[in-house]
Amino acid sequence: MEDKNKYSIIIPTYNERLNIALIVYLVFKHLRDVDFEIIVVDDGSPDGTQEIVKQLQQVYGEDRILLRARPKKLGLGTAYSHGVKHASGNFVVIMDADLSHHPKYLPSFIKKQLETGASIVTGTRYVKDGGVHGWNLMRKLTSRGANVLAQTLLWPGVSDLTGSFRLYRKSVLEDLISSCVSKGYVFQMEMIVRASRKGYHIEEVPITFVDRVYGSSKLGGSEIVEYLKGLVYLLVTT
Amino acid sequence: MKHIVKIMTLLVAISALWGGLLQISMVPRSHALLLPIYFVVCLGCYGLLMVGVGLMQFPTCPQEAVLLQQDIIEAKKYLKPRGVDVGSD
Repeated sequence: MEDKNKYSIIIPTYNERLNIALIVYLVFKHLRDVDFEIIVVDDGSPDGTQEIVKQLQQVYGEDRILLRARPKKLGLGTAYSHGVKHASGNFVVIMDADLSHHPKYLPSFIKKQLETGASIVTGTRYVKDGGVHGWNLMRKLTSRGANVLAQTLLWPGVSDLTGSFRLYRKSVLEDLISSCVSKGYVFQMEMIVRASRKGYHIEEVPITFVDRVYGSSKLGGSEIVEYLKGLVYLLVTT
Repeated sequence: MKHIVKIMTLLVAISALWGGLLQISMVPRSHALLLPIYFVVCLGCYGLLMVGVGLMQFPTCPQEAVLLQQDIIEAKKYLKPRGVDVGSD
């Protein structure tokens, strides 16, 4: 059964020239006996991310690493739909390019899916064997508060709503993308809440999250407002 | 059913229960009138407790940062001679 499955790993990038090289190396290191392809959706990074991807294609092959660039920054949600259009696998993995999602967990996603037949396997930081590194107290407090609020109001059935390290059955991802409208990381929450409401089988695996090593973190104060708006939006539409 | 409707239904059911309690005056009226306040306070306490517990048990993984640094060195060592620009050092 395993050899029939193909996994398309979609990695949206913007100014991640170093991280994309490291992540590709680690994916190839940890996925040995699996049929997969990496689809890099680069939003016109000025730092030469695409040059690096072309160099990586020389090392690993153009059939394994696909560069599907877009001319400018167009947002995360559309990056996924853009990537999925070019995906040839029956499963799609979505992960961040900033190394906060370590490719060593990919085998556990795949194993969990094979064991349970789930349509979605989502990485969770808030269970045993999961965890976060590099957050200060304020960041942890915000995260816990946001999580308790969402759990109390939305009853989503998953423990980590805003994590974005996930494996989807391709058809399920296509269905979800077409029904989600949010932007940024509220999009991640909308995807999993809608999936839960639609009755898709969702499983969780523990992952660790090491906050960005290279480059600056993208979390700002206005994100809290965006989050609350997203919560209300999900309350009235799902 | 939209989720907000579910929550509203729950709130209406609780209000109806409270209204009933006021009618039958099983408990003294002055006590029963305060119940919604207790309810809100309890909800707030539950939230704070959950945040507090979550914060205390927040899973951290400092060892993962060390392992990642090792992976990064390893990756650079592999990629550099193969013509991938992974920067200096």
